[in-house]
Amino acid sequence: MRTFRIGGIHPEDQKLSANVPIEAVALPKQAIVPIHQHVGAPAQPVVAKGDRVKVGQLIAAANGFVSANVHAPISGVITKIDTAVDAWGLPMPSIFIDADDGGDEWLETIDRTPDLNRICKLTGEEIIQKIQDAGIVGLGGACFPTHVKLTPPPGSKAEVLIINAVECEPYLTCDHQLMLEHGEEIFIGISLIMRALKVERAIVGIENNKKDAIELFRELANRHFGIEICPLKLCYPQGGEKQLIDATIRRQVPSGALPIAVGAIVQNVATVYAVYEAVQKNKPLFERVMTVTGKNVTRRGNYLVRFGTTLADVIEHAGGIPEDTDKIIAGGPMMGRAVINVDMPAHKRTSGILLMPESESARREPVNCMRCGKCVEACPMGLEPFLLIQQAERRLWDDMERNDIMDCIECGCCLYSCPSNRPLLDYVRLGKNTVGGIIRARSAKK
Amino acid sequence: MNLIVISLITLGLIGCISAVVLYLASQKFKVEEDPRIDEVESVLPGANCGGCGKPGCRNFAVACVAADSLDNLYCPVGGSSIMTKVGEILGLAAVENDPLVAVVRCNGTCEHRPKTSHYDGARSCQIMHNLYAGETGCMYGCLGCGDCVEVCTFDAIHMNPETGLPEVDEEKCTSCGACVKACPKNIIELRKKGPKGRRIFVSCVNKDKGGIARKACAVACIGCSKCEKECAFDAITINNNLAYIDYDKCRLCRKCVVVCPTNAIHEVNFPARKTAEVKPTETLNA
Repeated sequence: MRTFRIGGIHPEDQKLSANVPIEAVALPKQAIVPIHQHVGAPAQPVVAKGDRVKVGQLIAAANGFVSANVHAPISGVITKIDTAVDAWGLPMPSIFIDADDGGDEWLETIDRTPDLNRICKLTGEEIIQKIQDAGIVGLGGACFPTHVKLTPPPGSKAEVLIINAVECEPYLTCDHQLMLEHGEEIFIGISLIMRALKVERAIVGIENNKKDAIELFRELANRHFGIEICPLKLCYPQGGEKQLIDATIRRQVPSGALPIAVGAIVQNVATVYAVYEAVQKNKPLFERVMTVTGKNVTRRGNYLVRFGTTLADVIEHAGGIPEDTDKIIAGGPMMGRAVINVDMPAHKRTSGILLMPESESARREPVNCMRCGKCVEACPMGLEPFLLIQQAERRLWDDMERNDIMDCIECGCCLYSCPSNRPLLDYVRLGKNTVGGIIRARSAKK
Repeated sequence: MNLIVISLITLGLIGCISAVVLYLASQKFKVEEDPRIDEVESVLPGANCGGCGKPGCRNFAVACVAADSLDNLYCPVGGSSIMTKVGEILGLAAVENDPLVAVVRCNGTCEHRPKTSHYDGARSCQIMHNLYAGETGCMYGCLGCGDCVEVCTFDAIHMNPETGLPEVDEEKCTSCGACVKACPKNIIELRKKGPKGRRIFVSCVNKDKGGIARKACAVACIGCSKCEKECAFDAITINNNLAYIDYDKCRLCRKCVVVCPTNAIHEVNFPARKTAEVKPTETLNA
């Protein structure tokens, strides 16, 4: 069985909430919708205080090409457009909607029936336009606007579409459950994206710990032309774009280049499902499936959450915060970030909430580096984290740039593998931020 | 014996030829350098701190010699006395600047500003700043990891373990500005040392509205503009709910210190007040 060739680690997969059916969380009384839920420019609000909106109505329009629309997750009245505090204590411009009449009055154009809609007569450009209108972004975690990804730069041609159904993050199970419950829809979504990209071939990469999903998808693939299933050996960070391309089609994306350089486009399964809903059901992106999990969470599972619902409400629905919780992490344990404010609303980026007891989350005391090279072995991008941390501590940004710091995907393999508990990722991230700033300033000067 | 003589002669010859070649080469490729550069460098402090904006004292000397006027060149460590000497060497007029000192504009000690979260990552303000707002409710205040202490080449700034805030040693501070650049929250400011080291400044950079700021920290500037009204010299301006004292206009009358309801305005190196005034602040704080 395949996997990617450089580095990687194998943390315990801890899929505690696997095979728990998706359950919708009750609608919030007030939805706080951030206008910047994606990579790129923040969206521009198109509603004013006092306006009444329906579910799915556009409330903030994309500001430029690399940006995404934001839609109302509940129906109600706009009470204010103000800054809210995000999960990390920083200000976040948001639109506040107060629900009225239950808050579930949808736009008439949205098809709410559960029936499958297989027929699509749209051209590729029309499909991309619909995706753009629906405000779809990559739901794997990076939140890069999908329509931008589906529009390769002139001169490059996509050859193969790769679907990321890997879900290599420990604990998270939302993609897995989505595949089991909405397999057909995902396949239609894949065909739609294939048509938009004008490619003949799609590969679905699934890690081997999701045997039921592989079986289901194999069966479905027999009925869909051009879609292959590629079971992959368990290895983190297989869900990284470059790693997944290497694992599935054995091509390596050059340093600093995009996957399109090797003719590949990668999309997450959750994004594919959102594309299906947007194109076939006219439903914009205003809710997503997220995993709420942790050793001591009573009702851990996969929940369908409207954006704007506070994390506190979602956790409450899942049985509340266990007493011994030390850290609440938004996202998975490897790539996610600990939050300090649970009153922050769930949005496009939130793929999971992980409640970790102290015994699991506490960091150990760092000691000196002993040059064992485990971080070098683990780094999936072929970097030398032990060297980069020394350079970051000494503020040698030029040297870090020469050592390809910008290739770092911040997967955390180095930190995980370090026997000396060095804060490798912290410093590498600092270096990446600073060097990124220097590079941007340099290109702005030119 | 013969062997030794031959080796001595050969080595001697090689030595002589190399010496001639080196001499000729050094004459041919001689670089004419202004002797004044060495002179200027000899009067500079030689700390290579980078406070002037140049990579080191030598580069500053080169820049001084090359410049037509010293208007934009100033060595903060040496101050006006050194710059006058540099001016004498070069025959240029030196700029007179008042001595500055680094000032930490945050008074959010552990008791004033309770912690709301616990940070267990790498001890670096910059890293913490990139991750989130900080361990307390105030997203503007000092993070307390000591990046400023680390960059100071003069051992002039230290963390006070009791308050968790950095403290500047006025005697040692040369106002090179390294800590100002290192602080991700822009808390440290270079202010005029003032006559006899006396100065008044707002020890807060919180731009939140009064209520929010006060909730996060007991000694935050709430932007109430009482000091602005009290000031007879227009030295105080309020921007984004935050007061700022212009040190060029301030006459050190200390009236603003008394009216501040949250004790956010600090006075340094003043003698004790003559009459034991009851500050209105205490009643408000209670």
